[in-house]
Amino acid sequence: MTTATLPVYTKKDFQTDQEIRWCPGCGDYAILSAVQMVFADLGIPREKFVIISGIGCSSRFPYYMNTFGFHTIHGRAPAIATGLKIVRPDLEVWVATGDGDSLSIGGNHTIHMLRRNVGLKVLLFNNKIYGLTKGQYSPTSEVGKKTKSTPFGTTDRPFNPISLAIGSEATFVARSVDVFQQHLKDVLRKAAAHKGSAYVEILQNCNIFNDGAWETVTEKDARSENIVQLEHGKPLIFGKNRDKGIRLNGLDLEVVQLGQGVTEKDLLVHDEKHPRAAYAFLLAHMEQRPGFPTPIGVLRSWDQVPRYEDLINDQIREVQAKRGKGDLAKLLRSGDTWELKA
Amino acid sequence: MPLTTIELPKRKREVIDEAVIRFCGDSGDGMQITGSQFTNTVALYGNDLATFPDYPAEIRAPAGTLPGVSGFQVHFSSSDVYTPGDSVDVLVAMNPAALKMNLPDLKTNGILIVNLDSFKENDLRKAQIVTNPLEDHSLDGYRLFAVELTKMTRAALKDLGLDAKSMDRCKNFFALGMCYWLYNRSMEPTHGWLQEKFKNKQQLVQANKLAMQAGYSYCEATEAFQISYEIPPAKLAPGVYRNISGNAALALGFVAASQKAGIPLFLGSYPITPASDILHELSMYKDFGVITFQAEDEIAAITSAIGAAYAGALGITSTSGPGMALKTEALGLAVAVELPLVICDIQRGGPSTGLPTKTEQADLLQALFGRNSEAPIPVLAPSSPGDCFWIALEASRIAIKHMVPVIVLSDGYLANGAEPWKVPTIEELPEIPVHFETNPEGFLPYRRDPVTLSRPWAIPGTPGLEHRIGGIEKQDVTGNINYEPLNHEHMVRLRAAKVESVANDIPPVIPEGDESGDLLIIAWGSTHGPITAALNAQREKGRRIGHIHLRHLNPLPRDLGEVISRYKKVLVPEMNMGQLSMILRAKYLVDAQGYNKIQGKPFKTSEIEQKIEEMLGLTPSVAAEDDADEQAGEQL
Repeated sequence: MTTATLPVYTKKDFQTDQEIRWCPGCGDYAILSAVQMVFADLGIPREKFVIISGIGCSSRFPYYMNTFGFHTIHGRAPAIATGLKIVRPDLEVWVATGDGDSLSIGGNHTIHMLRRNVGLKVLLFNNKIYGLTKGQYSPTSEVGKKTKSTPFGTTDRPFNPISLAIGSEATFVARSVDVFQQHLKDVLRKAAAHKGSAYVEILQNCNIFNDGAWETVTEKDARSENIVQLEHGKPLIFGKNRDKGIRLNGLDLEVVQLGQGVTEKDLLVHDEKHPRAAYAFLLAHMEQRPGFPTPIGVLRSWDQVPRYEDLINDQIREVQAKRGKGDLAKLLRSGDTWELKA
Repeated sequence: MPLTTIELPKRKREVIDEAVIRFCGDSGDGMQITGSQFTNTVALYGNDLATFPDYPAEIRAPAGTLPGVSGFQVHFSSSDVYTPGDSVDVLVAMNPAALKMNLPDLKTNGILIVNLDSFKENDLRKAQIVTNPLEDHSLDGYRLFAVELTKMTRAALKDLGLDAKSMDRCKNFFALGMCYWLYNRSMEPTHGWLQEKFKNKQQLVQANKLAMQAGYSYCEATEAFQISYEIPPAKLAPGVYRNISGNAALALGFVAASQKAGIPLFLGSYPITPASDILHELSMYKDFGVITFQAEDEIAAITSAIGAAYAGALGITSTSGPGMALKTEALGLAVAVELPLVICDIQRGGPSTGLPTKTEQADLLQALFGRNSEAPIPVLAPSSPGDCFWIALEASRIAIKHMVPVIVLSDGYLANGAEPWKVPTIEELPEIPVHFETNPEGFLPYRRDPVTLSRPWAIPGTPGLEHRIGGIEKQDVTGNINYEPLNHEHMVRLRAAKVESVANDIPPVIPEGDESGDLLIIAWGSTHGPITAALNAQREKGRRIGHIHLRHLNPLPRDLGEVISRYKKVLVPEMNMGQLSMILRAKYLVDAQGYNKIQGKPFKTSEIEQKIEEMLGLTPSVAAEDDADEQAGEQL
């Protein structure tokens, strides 16, 4: 036996020979590229990666990744991945899903996967539209949005995916943006390192049916005004001139102008390890308020909760330690038996 | 009290062949426990038997009302038993509601034991009875024993310091004691059970023992009971036996399959009547490495099992009709990605919620065809509670050998019914070879075995086998996405041929009864018991009848058509509107006549016999309309 060495990969090792069928200019390309680069760097044997997807544009993802991959049915990827992960806790199982797949038809599986804390990494491609069915509103579309199925505007209140995940007691919740490659890779690496469920919302542009949906956060001139980048242990500062901050005011947040007596010391210092989910929930809601920026980065990373698949397998080991491994002949003869002689 | 000095009256003891007892009362009266204790005792004695519990869908309907009636029937005999019995010899009714619901099944001159203490005006009103049947001579056709069960139980337990409610909860054991006396059975097995059950509650052990003893002694002391019965042990094949229900047998069968295959068992399930016991049973077998996952819904139950199968486990999901409907899309996925999976549908009355606790066989067409597009799946059906064990093994074997999902159609009657089951040795179990692909050389995910047409089982984590599968149509061999017209037709035909190849392993059809003749009965599932009993009775009368009980419903045995041609007529009794007969008519162009009962209740032997005689032209035929009227009338 030679000593085990970490496999060395490049992005190319994670590419497949399949023709990519996303529209030219789709945000999914950037996400694919980031994931391939991050996987190559993790030092994990390629055969250990499995990508499970549901239905939708984003769910074509597994075909383009040279790992094990399973393109399943609409909304069910978390449940299929849960079964896989329970049987094989040693595998790195990633779920590729979209706003319709994960939050509409698969909402139930999403919340139950998160509350169980199954060790899955979820990539939520959020483009606020149904792309594959050609342009109906999604559960993250803004109120009033005119789409093919809502010519007079939607009347649905949207989900904030981050709030939903936190409300489901998710142990790792983060947000990044398709075009922020470096940021995205950093977030994915952190997600990969998290033991339990990691839910990563990726703001993704659908240039065909919802072009510019995230313009306010991606547009070069606007982004620094509209985004606050969360960094553990650092104050919440944003703005072109880094002159605005977020301050705690009682149980609420407020935007403050730095200077004129307000210093960095007055600002909220980000704590992704905060024991209360309520803290991350407060951050998640900022973007829905006028004047507040959209937070990106890791909102919550709480490693104190055991993984579901470990609990299940530990229980089996405990019972086996106590009772011994099952003896089939004995089991078949268990209960009240009687013998009839010839 | 010097009881021993009293000269007990000499009583007659009659040796008989068989008896049917039904215990019935309020859901809170412990009738299921009473029945299963009686069953256990006669089984240990060596009788053949069959049981049938009949309990309401409501957990606790208001006490004493008609919807709250729960019953348990035991048929035990010194010869072979095929059914829980058409009608009962002894009816134990704990209250007027139970009496009203169950009296129609008591034989004329049958023994009727009622709790006199629960026939007060209020009790009668709750059961919607106008005049007291104990006083209005409506029970004159039966041997009525109106016993003060409550009062005498309290008297027997008065020194234990229990409150009245706890004492009253023991009155079922007073009744049980009476039945033990009536059939000359030892109370020892029940003593043992009590000791085990209430290990840390000795007071309850004492109370139930005393109540049972009091019931036994009451029969001994009172001259009311002039006769007791003796049913000698049955001549079953030698071996070790245990009593087993269909659901418990399925669970054991899957554990056995997992052990034989050498892969872990994963059950994804969502609670649903009457399938939940499979989940309960399997959750106990952690020492066998069994993984049970109580999913968030029926869809997650099956999809998690698909995920587990993808990982290399024996993936199983258990449900009933409504859950089956929810699993439909995922079944199609399992067909498309060609992974092994076993889906147990424990059928109940439908549509929709229907009759959750009552039995039916109406999911056959759903199992065969209930998916979008062409999605063939092998379908199996056990014929008795004990056969559920073997069907679990057969389903697992087919699923793994052919890389295909397999549906097992059991039903409420098999699931909850129990019978003595001859425990097999490990050597008697079939082999279930598993081959995980490990060789990357020339590996392609849809390259097939030429005989079984199965694709390789290439599980994640295997170096060099990285590949993609999915529900999208794929090219054969490579598994790449492919929308070409001819490829699609090829794949559709291939998936069908693969399922058809399962028939290579189905043994030749050997009819029970006559190998050719005037009438062939073809049936499936839980109707095996009453049909066998009817067949035997009719053949004793010289009628030439055969019976094929299909365990493989898809694909059908290859020689079935030939066997059918040896008979003049074909009868297909089913607890549905004629689903198997539709298939047989379509496939074999045979004039299969359906005999259909859709009442949430199994066939009676007498009903099948009557139909046989009608088909043979021995009795005037009953018009279908009349049948329908009669059924409707009964429901009113």
